Amino acid sequence: MTRTEILNELKKVISPYTVNKDQLANIDEQTDLIKDLKINSANLVDIIIDAEAKYDIEIDYDSADKMVNVGTCIDVISEKMNEKA
Amino acid sequence: MNNHILNHLPYKSSFRFVDNISLLSENEVRGEYTLKQDSFFYEDHFAGNPVTPGVIITEIMAQIGLVVMGIFLMLKESDLNFDDDTDLYPLLTSTEVSFFKMVLPGQKVTVVSKKQYFRFGKLKCYVEMLDSEQEVVARGMFSGIIKHIELKK
Repeated sequence: MTRTEILNELKKVISPYTVNKDQLANIDEQTDLIKDLKINSANLVDIIIDAEAKYDIEIDYDSADKMVNVGTCIDVISEKMNEKA
Repeated sequence: MNNHILNHLPYKSSFRFVDNISLLSENEVRGEYTLKQDSFFYEDHFAGNPVTPGVIITEIMAQIGLVVMGIFLMLKESDLNFDDDTDLYPLLTSTEVSFFKMVLPGQKVTVVSKKQYFRFGKLKCYVEMLDSEQEVVARGMFSGIIKHIELKK
């Protein structure tokens, strides 16, 4: 999966947790989940759990800590998918 | 004996809404509370017609369903000491509750909470409140974290 493909799927994962739908449609790798998309920090846990289910991966504590913006989310997801492959 | 866990609750007197914990496990908690006739909120909610406010129902569900289980899980998996650590507070991060029946002063309610997950420090539970006839008073999803915060200035 390319980074663009992951980014497009990530939009669907994030969607239930933000009200900024216009901004979500235009996210890039620099978009900050809390500051830009105004996601409740506790909902980051739900996003991680939903991403795990969607990609059939397991995200550990250290990796979860890195997932603050769209780019680092894609880093972790592609890293975990590669580990599995 | 499950009630030792109550010593770790940070709520006191008029804002403690747990009398007894009858079941305490990693996946399920059950506890009871009897609404006090002279609770502070009845005087004004509503004047001459006391009914337990929805926010208080929500608080009872959160204290038993989320905070008791959260403290239990954290004490189990780490060496956190709630007695020494005065900057440790349970924080509610989201709730979605539906209400079905009124609760009047003096009524006893039972709260049953089932864990959905506990990960990265966040606990999410499905919580139901039942009255003495075992009928559902309220039900909903609760999430919270326990966090170090310095409230004192």
